[in-house]
Amino acid sequence: MKSRRQFLIDAGRGIGIAAAGGLVWAGFLSGKKAYPTVLRPPGAVEEDRFLAACTKCGLCVTACPYQALVLAAPGDGRPVGTPYFVMRERPCRMCRDIPCTANCPTGALDAGLVSDGEAGKAVLNVNKTRIGLAVIDRETCIAYWGIQCDACYRVCPVIDKAITVDPVRNDRTGKHAILGPVVHSEHCTGCGICERACVTKKASIFVLPRRIAMGESSDRYIRGWEAGDEKRIHDAPEDTTTVTPRSEKSPADYLNREDL
Amino acid sequence: MPGIVENRYRILRRLVQAGALSLFFAGNAWGWKVLQGSLSSSLLFGIVPLADPFALLQVFATGTMVAAKALLGGGIVLLFFAAIAGRAFCGWICPVNIVTDLADTVSTAVGEGNRSLRLSRNARYWVLGLSLVLSAWLGIAAFEWISPIGALHRGVVFGMGMGWTSVAAVFLFDVFVVRNGFCGHLCPLGAFYSLAGGWSWMRVVHSKEQCTSCMRCIESCPEPQVLPMVGKRDGPVTSGECTNCGRCIEVCPDDAMRFGLRTQGTKEKDPKEVTS
Repeated sequence: MKSRRQFLIDAGRGIGIAAAGGLVWAGFLSGKKAYPTVLRPPGAVEEDRFLAACTKCGLCVTACPYQALVLAAPGDGRPVGTPYFVMRERPCRMCRDIPCTANCPTGALDAGLVSDGEAGKAVLNVNKTRIGLAVIDRETCIAYWGIQCDACYRVCPVIDKAITVDPVRNDRTGKHAILGPVVHSEHCTGCGICERACVTKKASIFVLPRRIAMGESSDRYIRGWEAGDEKRIHDAPEDTTTVTPRSEKSPADYLNREDL
Repeated sequence: MPGIVENRYRILRRLVQAGALSLFFAGNAWGWKVLQGSLSSSLLFGIVPLADPFALLQVFATGTMVAAKALLGGGIVLLFFAAIAGRAFCGWICPVNIVTDLADTVSTAVGEGNRSLRLSRNARYWVLGLSLVLSAWLGIAAFEWISPIGALHRGVVFGMGMGWTSVAAVFLFDVFVVRNGFCGHLCPLGAFYSLAGGWSWMRVVHSKEQCTSCMRCIESCPEPQVLPMVGKRDGPVTSGECTNCGRCIEVCPDDAMRFGLRTQGTKEKDPKEVTS
């Protein structure tokens, strides 16, 4: 029979060893978790919840008929065992039955996010996919140089909604138009077909996760020229001050301060 | 042929392990609908969901509820091993078992008995606890992210990448540091099935009458602490740490071990056994 003293010493030693191992383990994991620009399959829940729910089974990858989805292997840099796209190589082909999402057993890919209608009688709608958002580098996009190119616009599965070509005056020649592609976030699915199609050496239109590609304006800024937009201010909290690190300084003065 | 009888379960286990792995590979590569996915979640015949209950437990620890398909799959797998097969996952399905059995064969062949580290077989239960604590703390299924089982299995099915390093590390650890070091001392999935499989129906049963106490069963057993009754009394293996690999049965020269039911062997032996 162990003495109580010996029992406590043994328990303490066990906890100590476990803590040592656990801290090394935790340090390793926290370094592996973050890959901010990873592009998840259609219907993926928000990244932190996705990483918690995905059991790395690969059923989404198996379901992909175009073999566009890749399961991250150790050394890929992405969180190991999770699915991702490399759009320049194999973009999402926007299957109407969304087999990857439908095949997910855990709910890390949630069919409800890519469906119309109430739960129970929901109908899949692949156009609700939000893998990311296509972003254009206007400095390398040759359409913005004034050279005629509309490759991204032509291949876009949501053509004329997700990508439009907007003519603007070419100030360099003074008599031509620049037909520049413009991405619209309310329709872009982030499928990446534009990135695959882009003719420049490194794609000048590319998909980034929305949390990275997009900013967020506060409810305090109203588009007065849009009917009803001021209604948003009614939903804003009573406290009218938007608290930011700049809040300590008065709005009128902060732009004039040297420490901006 | 000499060797086949003494290795009949080992050969059978290799066929089952390789067969499962091949079916998973074919499921992804050629769309065969027998087994698709991987060990953490899969689809049997395109309909029946299967899931690793320990992986789901880690997901629960993060505070995440999984969808019904995974719950059902985890329930089926847990029920199968807890009620019927015991810790048979480790000996019959897990691909790392191929690696660690090979490590044991190699280390025995070169006489590497003088390993430097002593490690308690209960360490795995600490690792099991840690897996859940870290899952809760970091919000990810902690063991699934470092598991050499997942690395090897997904590596074969979906592409290996650098996954071979952890598998090689397990091999070297078993050969040079601790005998049966990974599967028998550290693996939290083995620990989970040890706890879950302790009441299973299928058991290795010992009969003292035939036993000559040659101790080959204990020498070859990857979990020798589960055989305390050998040479002393009749009865089934009661510990959940037994992987039902059948190694003790095939190496026994006296037919003193056999597969049977948990309720068998403690009192009268059935007449078939007596006459043989």
